[in-house]
Amino acid sequence: MSGLVRVAIIGSGPAGLSAAARAAQLGLSHVLLEKTDHLSDTIFKYQKGKRVLATPERLDLRSDCRFGEAARETILADWDADAAASKVEVVYNAEVVEVTGAKGAFEIRTAKGDTIAAEAIVLAIGTQGNPNRLRCPGNDLPHIIYQVDDPEDFKDRHITVVGSGDAGIENALGVAEEALENRVTILNRSKEFARAKAKNVADLTEAGENGTIDIRTETQPKLVEEGWLTLETPDGDERIACDTIVARLGSVAPRAFVEAMGIEFTGPDREAFPKLSPTFETSVPGLYVIGALAGYPLIKHCMNQGYDVVEFINGNTALTPADEKDLAAIFAGLPQEKSVSEWLDFLRARVRIFADVSPLQMREFMLDSTVGFYRQGEVVFEKGDPGSSLFAIAEGHAEVEVAPGVTVPIEEGSIFGEVGLISGRKRGATIRAGADSIFVEVSRTAALKLMAAVPGAKRAIDRISLERQLLQIFKGGLTVEDLAPVVEGAEVVRVPAGKVVLTEGDEGDDVYVIRSGSMVVEKDIGGKPIFLRYLPAGSYFGEMAVLSGEKRNATVKAAVGSEVIKLTGAGFKAMLAARPQVREATEAAVAERAAMNGFIESRKASYASAVDLYSDTASFIMKEGLGEATDALLIDENLCVGCDNCEKACADSHEGLSRLDREAGKTFAHLHVPTSCRHCEHPHCMADCPPNVIHRGPDGEVFMEPGCIGCGNCMRNCPYGVIRMEATPPPKPGLLSWLLLGRGPGPGEPSPKWTKKRLGEEKPKKIAVKCDMCKGIAGGPACVRACPTGAAIRVSPEEFLSIARLEEDAG
Amino acid sequence: MASLFSGKILRRRARATQTERVRERRHEGFLRYAGFRWAKISGGLCLLVIVSYALIDVQPRPNGGSWYGYTLGTVGALLILWLTALGYRKRRMTRDYWSLKAWTSAHVYLGLSLIVIGTWHTGFQLGWNVHTLAWALMMLVILSGLYGVIVYATLPAALSNNRDQMTQMQMLEAIRAFDRQLHAAAQPLGAADTAPVLAALEEDPFAGGIRARLTGRYPRCATAAAQRALAAATGGEAEARAKVVALLTQKQAALARLRAHLRLRALLEVWLYVHVPLTFALIAALSAHVISVFFYW
Repeated sequence: MSGLVRVAIIGSGPAGLSAAARAAQLGLSHVLLEKTDHLSDTIFKYQKGKRVLATPERLDLRSDCRFGEAARETILADWDADAAASKVEVVYNAEVVEVTGAKGAFEIRTAKGDTIAAEAIVLAIGTQGNPNRLRCPGNDLPHIIYQVDDPEDFKDRHITVVGSGDAGIENALGVAEEALENRVTILNRSKEFARAKAKNVADLTEAGENGTIDIRTETQPKLVEEGWLTLETPDGDERIACDTIVARLGSVAPRAFVEAMGIEFTGPDREAFPKLSPTFETSVPGLYVIGALAGYPLIKHCMNQGYDVVEFINGNTALTPADEKDLAAIFAGLPQEKSVSEWLDFLRARVRIFADVSPLQMREFMLDSTVGFYRQGEVVFEKGDPGSSLFAIAEGHAEVEVAPGVTVPIEEGSIFGEVGLISGRKRGATIRAGADSIFVEVSRTAALKLMAAVPGAKRAIDRISLERQLLQIFKGGLTVEDLAPVVEGAEVVRVPAGKVVLTEGDEGDDVYVIRSGSMVVEKDIGGKPIFLRYLPAGSYFGEMAVLSGEKRNATVKAAVGSEVIKLTGAGFKAMLAARPQVREATEAAVAERAAMNGFIESRKASYASAVDLYSDTASFIMKEGLGEATDALLIDENLCVGCDNCEKACADSHEGLSRLDREAGKTFAHLHVPTSCRHCEHPHCMADCPPNVIHRGPDGEVFMEPGCIGCGNCMRNCPYGVIRMEATPPPKPGLLSWLLLGRGPGPGEPSPKWTKKRLGEEKPKKIAVKCDMCKGIAGGPACVRACPTGAAIRVSPEEFLSIARLEEDAG
Repeated sequence: MASLFSGKILRRRARATQTERVRERRHEGFLRYAGFRWAKISGGLCLLVIVSYALIDVQPRPNGGSWYGYTLGTVGALLILWLTALGYRKRRMTRDYWSLKAWTSAHVYLGLSLIVIGTWHTGFQLGWNVHTLAWALMMLVILSGLYGVIVYATLPAALSNNRDQMTQMQMLEAIRAFDRQLHAAAQPLGAADTAPVLAALEEDPFAGGIRARLTGRYPRCATAAAQRALAAATGGEAEARAKVVALLTQKQAALARLRAHLRLRALLEVWLYVHVPLTFALIAALSAHVISVFFYW
């Protein structure tokens, strides 16, 4: 390649393409390096006809390439045209393998052996990485594919899927659809499908039993030939017919490649991003990172950054980011007049947890946050309110109401609301502004990102939250100083689901506080573990042995994956000794628990079957994952007549789609857990939502606001299979016109046949659909209201497993 | 109607700006709803009718056309119309608070009270006329409803036990899976053995008519016939035949589960095909009764 270019852009996705187009428009010498033979491979690989959404709507597009919500084909065609119109210099089939040199004289080497010299480099390679390839001979044959765009592209073929993760299983199930008449085999190197979700494994096992998929465990490919595949099985080699191989073996994340260039990341975790300056420059001068790799997965962000980064490289320092007006709007309501960057500096200087945050990160956090001015005495939130955001005090101070009439101040620079953030439970205390104050409310997602990206912020939040949790538990009478001996020796322990933390009969005096998750307490009565109690996050246990000095009197184990804080018995005792009234309160709580244990034991003698049923029901509920639920739908099958009015009511209360499957799901002793959202404490669906539209609402519901891009991450992340990807059906004729004239499909979700007939050729976009607990509907959840027999109830586990229930059952 | 049911419901106000939402957390069936509230109301109503009937001396004799008779008749007719509205309420998902369980509870108990209200309204004067037709239809509707209450109270547990965590789709899929395996396993069999297996494969699990559906008996079941025929057959391919017989036995078990499921569901639904049409017949007869009464005032 000839000459030195001003800027080399690696990766031709939305970010890279936009950067190249800007460079071309500015007349900078540039080159756009693309690994494949077409632009924007990630979007190129989308399913045919897929709608690509343009979120966030409020953000303006700033790019020389066009972009708006449209079908994949339209977008790709626009970009091809825009790249040509701007005269972008693209080099296809140029996979970059190494970058050396420094600012002004970088040298880029491609897989083909070409080298390119550039003064600056913009890295826009996304996070997809390269798929792992098969390791056997013949692995370069063209009938090996790495993803299945549309199962309907495959008909009447021998297909072998290699890979035992969710992606492989989902592809196998997709192409094994009966109507396609494929003969599908899935290979797994080991015996179990341990990496996949339980639901996928169950579906696969069922398909195996039905004979629609041939499942071969402890088997791997040995030789790939045109039309044939040789397998290495425990019983020797076997040659099977195979027209297509789907290899789903994961991918190599681009991080190692990026780090090899000397770029530093914010931390060792998987969620960490490269450290960036406000101009997207990395720790290597002249090397810039934009787009998904920089932590911005949305197309519009990527395109804007492409534009901005080239402007910055070209020396335009006056450019303000496209989100400037959004940030200005966030600060607009405050009494002082400051520019956006002055506000950002003000917050970084004042608030402890923002101290280590870079200006670029700060912009990002603020976009997901709000800043409010509160008059003295104004309530920020009330005890028992749901909420998972974190508040930081930028000016003034806050007052926490620890007991009626008793308040404790929180000083400027500190935070509050961290309990909701960490445990996902409701607010533990009412907070008021202690003076005229400015508070920053950081959304849960932004706060978690902050903790992952800035270790100092995580340490500060962890320490404060432990102190607060302890103050909350031992209500009043304690100060932060009293807690010092306890907090110093404290240790956060992760406990996987089902793991025993305390064993009945063991010695030990450590006290535990549940930070997140939940625990069950069991006692061995008559040789059988009997369920005593469900402990939600925020409870403590192990204190009985400390006070009595005796052995552990019950077993405590994790109901779901949890985090507990282990406090040493000695520290705990020292704290109690210093504060007699706290000791008394603790003793009273212990006596109450002991009395309840005694009650269950006495019932066990007289009503053994009722206690056993209660205990077995509790185990069943925990096994079904309800230990992490905050509000779940349960069906009493002693009452359920199977009319499905719950499903119909759900569909009719929303846009015609049911969010629950009554019949599916497990049952124990006529108690049925249908497939429907449990509104988990820490919703798995929230973990990876690119447009960040899944939130927890004021009634504790986990809901989706408009703006879903239909990526399906939440559906895949939900371990309970309660999220569907579905398109809204067309509106139905009204109820009366169905009742009297028989028009339309009637109540409930219309059949796919009716919808198809109505829509004709039109294919609306599929987005994620989940239970929102009938958010905003005054009557409350429709499924429960519409049950004619009272079979359907919505409860939290602690309500359901209350002692009242046992008393009811025992009569 | 919402205000009628506001009793001991857990209400909470999330925030001043939020709409007030109602959450029903109590776990009780429609018969026991709110401590048998509607049973008590309905029982009280019946008692009131019986006692007042005995105390009030209507001249020349107790009759539907007396002021007392008109009162009972009006109450009864309005009740019938209100009870009919359950079908609409059940399907109309309005956003305000109402509980279909409460409606069902009231429907059952107030419906039963019609036995007393309607019969006492007649003054025990029954004959072969449109008036008595309306009464008779009403009694039939109540009887069919009573059957409904009984099956609603007794069958759900059986439905749940039989289902054993399977959905209806899964039951059908299980049968189809056995069919696929049968199809493959029956390949080596001779023509005589193949015929009954093919018949079993072609069998529609939903066929058999209303009688079979309600009794759960399928005397002409092709799978059972094939299993009998092949078990009795002799001759070559004994090993393949044994495999087919085993599969047929498994398919029969799967069919039995599905049929028991369909039977229970049919028993839970069949009465509605009597209850609802009779209700409309009742409303027609009632209209004729009311119009004729006023016509001959």
